[in-house]
Amino acid sequence: MSNELEFLSRRVAAGKLSRRDFLGRAAALGIAAPFANSLLSSAARAAGPVKGGTLKAGLVGGESTNSLDPALMMTQVPFAFGKMWGELIVELSPDGKLENRIAEEIGSSPDAKVWTLKIRDGIEFHNGKTVTAEDVAATLERHSDEKSKSGALGYMKGIETIKASGKEVVLTLKEPNADLPYLLSDYHLIIQPNGGKDKPDAGISAGPYKIATNEPGVRHGGERFANYWQGDKMGHADQIEIIVINDATARTAALQGGQVNMINRVEPKIVDLIKRVPGVTIRNHAGPGHYVFIMHCNTAPFDNADLRMALKLAIDREEMLNKVLRGYGSLGNDFPINASYPLFTEIEQRKYDPDKAKFHFKKSGHDGSVLLRTSDVAFPGAVDAAQLFQQSAAKAGITLEIKREPGDGYWSEVWNKQPFCASYWGGRSTQDQMYSTAYLSTADWNDTRFIRPDFDKMVLAARAELDETKRKAMYHDMAVMVRDDGGLILPMFNQFIDATGAKVDGWVDDPHQELMNGYALAKCWLQA
Amino acid sequence: MSSPILKLIAQRIALGIVLLLAVSVLIFAGTQILPGDVAQAILGQSATPESLANLREQLGLNAPAYVRYFHWLGGVLTGDLGTAMSSGQDIATSIKGRLWNTLFLAFWAAIVAVPLAIILGLIAVRYRNGWVDKLISGLALASTSFPEFFIGYVLVYFFAVKWQIFPGISTVYDGMPFGERMQAIALPATALTLVVLAHMMRMTRAAILNVMQSAYVETAELKGLSAFNVIRKHAFPNAIAPIINVVMLNLAYLIVGVVVVEVIFVYPGMGQYLVDHVTKRDVPVVQAVGLIFAAVYITLNIIADIAAIVANPRLRHPK
Repeated sequence: MSNELEFLSRRVAAGKLSRRDFLGRAAALGIAAPFANSLLSSAARAAGPVKGGTLKAGLVGGESTNSLDPALMMTQVPFAFGKMWGELIVELSPDGKLENRIAEEIGSSPDAKVWTLKIRDGIEFHNGKTVTAEDVAATLERHSDEKSKSGALGYMKGIETIKASGKEVVLTLKEPNADLPYLLSDYHLIIQPNGGKDKPDAGISAGPYKIATNEPGVRHGGERFANYWQGDKMGHADQIEIIVINDATARTAALQGGQVNMINRVEPKIVDLIKRVPGVTIRNHAGPGHYVFIMHCNTAPFDNADLRMALKLAIDREEMLNKVLRGYGSLGNDFPINASYPLFTEIEQRKYDPDKAKFHFKKSGHDGSVLLRTSDVAFPGAVDAAQLFQQSAAKAGITLEIKREPGDGYWSEVWNKQPFCASYWGGRSTQDQMYSTAYLSTADWNDTRFIRPDFDKMVLAARAELDETKRKAMYHDMAVMVRDDGGLILPMFNQFIDATGAKVDGWVDDPHQELMNGYALAKCWLQA
Repeated sequence: MSSPILKLIAQRIALGIVLLLAVSVLIFAGTQILPGDVAQAILGQSATPESLANLREQLGLNAPAYVRYFHWLGGVLTGDLGTAMSSGQDIATSIKGRLWNTLFLAFWAAIVAVPLAIILGLIAVRYRNGWVDKLISGLALASTSFPEFFIGYVLVYFFAVKWQIFPGISTVYDGMPFGERMQAIALPATALTLVVLAHMMRMTRAAILNVMQSAYVETAELKGLSAFNVIRKHAFPNAIAPIINVVMLNLAYLIVGVVVVEVIFVYPGMGQYLVDHVTKRDVPVVQAVGLIFAAVYITLNIIADIAAIVANPRLRHPK
């Protein structure tokens, strides 16, 4: 039976049998339509990309205040559009490996302190100029300038000198960092002519699409760049368009009505309804993003390790995952790393244990209630999650007092200021980045006030270690430390939930970010 | 006769300008008391003390409020609305397109809604208390009672998702062919029409019914004129002032009150523009949009007043 189906699906891919006939034959063989459809699309993928047409995405996360300056990109729409017109030094591929783009080769000194990027020949900018080592160096300089407002500044500060000579760019770091190539895959680091120093928002780079329209907060469009250096791999549609649709209902309606081919951020509560719409495919996949409750380890009463442990044991992670995320996520274990990171190791899952929580709570000597601040902007469903936490903690004899804060000013007045609140982290591409951003004693965003010189030393040591097995062991120890002693309560990792309409093909799940790490429009195609 | 009218009109306009100035002070004061500041809002979760200080310096947030007010007012009077803090774009340029979009949508909604409301009002009066009247009033009241987003979603569900007659998202852009543009605004214009229809219709009906109690209408009826002629020739002209008033009020709403409809249909008008910038604490933009909205309201009200004065001789001779 399966042989026959496969044969038929190949005939469809070859254009010798219509889709409708195929589905009819599949049904006759007793195959359900979704399965037959997926069989078809894999056959079509094997047949290769189809060129032409216009791919449209309806995305949340765009505002009329958006700018084309890569340094200022923050939300989802500039991120996705940046991947259309921009070209990076390296890209993180779906399997977590690095794929060289503008760099042909990346090498380091044995101590991981001096890095050499060899720039590929013959890549052209949209304005006809060839990409040179100077352009790459200037880009990195712009993003590592202390005065820069770049979203990548945090990692780029670690670079001491940047030198371009001939076809090479040589980076010298202040401290060794084995992860440097991963940092260079940051989406802000779009290579621009002269690094964008002259006109940062000119929108010129070497990506698969040239900017055709740019109306921030409304729509962004690109047309295929004829001289793109890798036209067989990306840039299949003639035109791409991103329409900013911040309203979730309007977004799903646009997909159902066929006005767009893909959308991002489908709400977990409506996924099951959307699944039933013919032609629509839900693309959900795990990522590094996580929903958290953060306690300041240096502020009473959270400076007491027993109280922190009591609260960690008093949260019912499974219930929260099922009710807030409707299962579209995975259990958290109180450290910010999951299997989407390259050097992840399993640690025993912490479970809801009211008795143990009660024991630690008593031991902490704290009595009275504990104040938890939450808001809808902390993460979708944060208010519900806080209430679930309140109920599960009550069973352990702990009274949580919930304060609902206004969304306005939550990030400036509550997060990273108040000792116990709900929050969200998008995750990073490596463990080093994640720990450096939020768990080093000196980190600006050390939002759990985790101040442990021994931990800092471990982060720096792991950063300089090139032996993967040793590094893995080091990260394992760090994770255990954060999990057992830190101020982080991490009940769940959320999934990215995108959806595509009929005829969209070439989708590959990518654990790093939504929409195939932003490349969906560039890498997908419309079936003929 | 003309001079007292002109004087009254001049007075109205002068009053409007004073009012606008007062509003400008209020808007400026209002934007000063928002929590947080623009630098904080631009950087959001990624704010660090240094980057905050850098940005504040760069945006000139350190000058005292009254200095910034007069600087701003001077700019507005010379047609310079300043630049948006968050994106560095010229506000006048970015508002121009948005305002045009909003006016375009409001225009077509009004073209449908105003005559329809008045005609339905007239019909309701003609068949007052009969089933036609009740049907019209009932439907109009129902459409007003539903919140805008509900009407919007229902329209999207049927016309965009189910039957796929009109697009559910109304992104319009420069150089879009007129036919496509009209198709794109079909659903938001319908939603707006449904929202404002009832108010104008009911007001028309009430105003005419009020006049129908008058002695001269009775005379007209006794003269043997047909019911429609009585309404058309004798009642309607005398009820025109309150009708114009409510029409103007609704026109103003079509321009300044359509935030929800614009968001649902992803229509690039002033409402969306304002919402985006309010969340970013982009004060210059909020001020500029606020001032434009105030000007629209005041202008339409002046027009309503003047029309009422022209239509009703008694108002021309204040006691």
